[in-house]
Amino acid sequence: MELVVVNILDGLVTGLLLFMLCSGLTLIFSMMGVLNFAHSSFYMLGAYFAYQISTYTGFWAGLIFAPILVGIVGALVERYGLRRVHQYGHVPELIFTFGLALLIEEIVQFFFGSNQMAYDEPHSLDFTAFSIAGNAFPAYKVFMIFMAMAIFMVLLYILTRTRIGLIIQASLSYPNTVQNLGHNVPLVFMGVFGVGTALAGLAGVIAGPVLGTFPGMATVLGSIVFVTIVIGGLGSLWGALVASLLIGWIQTFSASYHVVFSDMLESIGFTKPVIIEDSMLRDLWTLTLSQIGPILPFLLMVLVLAFRPQGLFGKRES
Amino acid sequence: MTVAKESSAVTNTRMPWFNISQAMPWIMAIGFLLVLPVMFASGSALTIMNQMAITIIFALSYNMLLGQGGMLSFGHAVYMGLGGFFCVHLMNMVEYDNLWLPLPFLPVFGGLFGLIFAILIGSFSTGRAGTVFAMISLGVGELIAASSIIVVAFFGGEEGISGDRTMGPSTFGLDFASQLEVYYLTAVWLVISALAMFLFSLTPIGRIANAVRDNAERAEFLGYSQRHVRFISFCASGFFAGIAGGLFAINFEILTEENLNLATSGSILLITFLGGVGFFIGPIIGAIVFTLLQTVLSLYTEIWQLYVGTLFLLTVMFFPYGLTGLIAMHIRPYKLGKISMLYQSYLRMSVPAIVCILSLFSLLEITFHARHAAIGEEQMRLFWISFNSHSILPWLVVIALALGSGWMVKSLAPDIKEAWDEANYVGPGK
Repeated sequence: MELVVVNILDGLVTGLLLFMLCSGLTLIFSMMGVLNFAHSSFYMLGAYFAYQISTYTGFWAGLIFAPILVGIVGALVERYGLRRVHQYGHVPELIFTFGLALLIEEIVQFFFGSNQMAYDEPHSLDFTAFSIAGNAFPAYKVFMIFMAMAIFMVLLYILTRTRIGLIIQASLSYPNTVQNLGHNVPLVFMGVFGVGTALAGLAGVIAGPVLGTFPGMATVLGSIVFVTIVIGGLGSLWGALVASLLIGWIQTFSASYHVVFSDMLESIGFTKPVIIEDSMLRDLWTLTLSQIGPILPFLLMVLVLAFRPQGLFGKRES
Repeated sequence: MTVAKESSAVTNTRMPWFNISQAMPWIMAIGFLLVLPVMFASGSALTIMNQMAITIIFALSYNMLLGQGGMLSFGHAVYMGLGGFFCVHLMNMVEYDNLWLPLPFLPVFGGLFGLIFAILIGSFSTGRAGTVFAMISLGVGELIAASSIIVVAFFGGEEGISGDRTMGPSTFGLDFASQLEVYYLTAVWLVISALAMFLFSLTPIGRIANAVRDNAERAEFLGYSQRHVRFISFCASGFFAGIAGGLFAINFEILTEENLNLATSGSILLITFLGGVGFFIGPIIGAIVFTLLQTVLSLYTEIWQLYVGTLFLLTVMFFPYGLTGLIAMHIRPYKLGKISMLYQSYLRMSVPAIVCILSLFSLLEITFHARHAAIGEEQMRLFWISFNSHSILPWLVVIALALGSGWMVKSLAPDIKEAWDEANYVGPGK
């Protein structure tokens, strides 16, 4: 029972972290109709910028300035890259962001090399918040949970309660009408792209110390982020939240329970062959749940796309 | 992203079965392939050429999806990889279980295996084009790449599986122990598959694939199911990717998870787009240029991927029809007889442009060396000059060169624009 609670909390941390990335990505998608392949690269940039800043001033300055820097980079990319490619259609846009993801990884390696950076959590949060049946729960994770919750609240408030949010929501559905009413829609797009990438950057700042700051960190999370927003439904903020939590829990639960497939096979009546080395099915007997865990999100995504292309909460097909 | 320009010319007239002017490029290509190993006989050159030929087949099969069918796939390596894995298993069966299978026919089986998987996956993924198709292909690709590490019996886990191509029954007295024999085998398969893919693009189904890509709704009104059309292109593409996989298995005798993952799928997208998706010859040019860049650049610099990535991004932004599109842009001035007008301004531009690019390269190289060289190792060589990368002088020289030549490029740009407009102007000079 205690293990379940620990896993729920760990999954919550992973899920909320995913949500920080997905919320920006899904906003950008519903605005411009383009899936930003480089989104997790901005997450990586956030971690690296924060690391660089933290070497001068410490963690907290990085927490504030790194996301702003990432947001500026993102806005510039939208203004001078994406807007240019937009005229060719959606597929070149997707290819552009894909190329951007490759390039950002190379640029990061160019400046910081391929080793992991010594980017750590601040000393003020380096203690155990509480422990459940001997499992220590670090204060930094509590901090992560509260940060993500706060971001979700602020985002929801801005989108539904403020004038800017109204304009953004209107530009989602009727960009031309909003433009005719005198609003600068390209500027809104640039702003949303900037804020979305800044959110990704913030996720990077927070996740860097826990998940490691290295050039592959974008690739590790990149496809999972896509999987999440596709499962949740492209363009749906609530869908992104639910899917992020779902995937966070799937990953933590599958990693921490030791389920061996041979037990299951034996329980439904199969017997394990004595000579197992020559059998083509030998992997079925040695398989464990923790091996399958990383695959489950992809499997879920393929199933969702094949049978419910609009995702769990999505209203439209892309 | 259309090929309407080049395709409409072919369809309207009814073709005789054999047309010398159409067959000419193919005959020249075959002649070229025969002569190549005589010109470049060294082992490393043969290795590069084999790799190039395999990449060309793979890129052509990818262009069946992206260029001809309008399907952006992020998981095309799966079909090549699976075909290759299957072929390595067949090679091992030839070696240990006395299966009678001459090596030259092995790629067919790779192709068939690719086809089977394309049928399985295509049956649900080709329902939609655009973003949904791209996402499904990404999901399936990641799924299979991740499973390949778990399913050790078939994929061999982390270290992959390897075989030996020389153990088969000898065909025409060849045992394929030498690189040269493998080269000719690959070249034969290259011609066969390229020709087959070209002919496929001329068949009614190939034409309808173009129609579905350009306007799926209209194609449906003509009575064609867009899903069905995409499915057929997808299967054909999977088949040829499988052939490329079979050749990969013969050439390298080992396949690993790397042949299935997103990096490989991404690089084939990069190659095809760099060459130009709107043209049949585009992927061929892309594969040749990319393989050369990869092998030559990586000899001289550690950060070649940075250059290739930059080149790719610039292509997407400024030349959406790729290198071939860049060449094709000059057909019109050529036909107007005004191509000579461009020479002069190109020539004048070339010197500052080359200096600008080289000085930017140098700037990157010096920065990289200054940041990453081992401690105490401050000397570096660049363009046959040895200097200290930690001193200020080389930086100043390179930055001055870059700024100076950049300013010249900028001031020459209107000149080129003017010459270009003039050369494309129909009728007597303005």
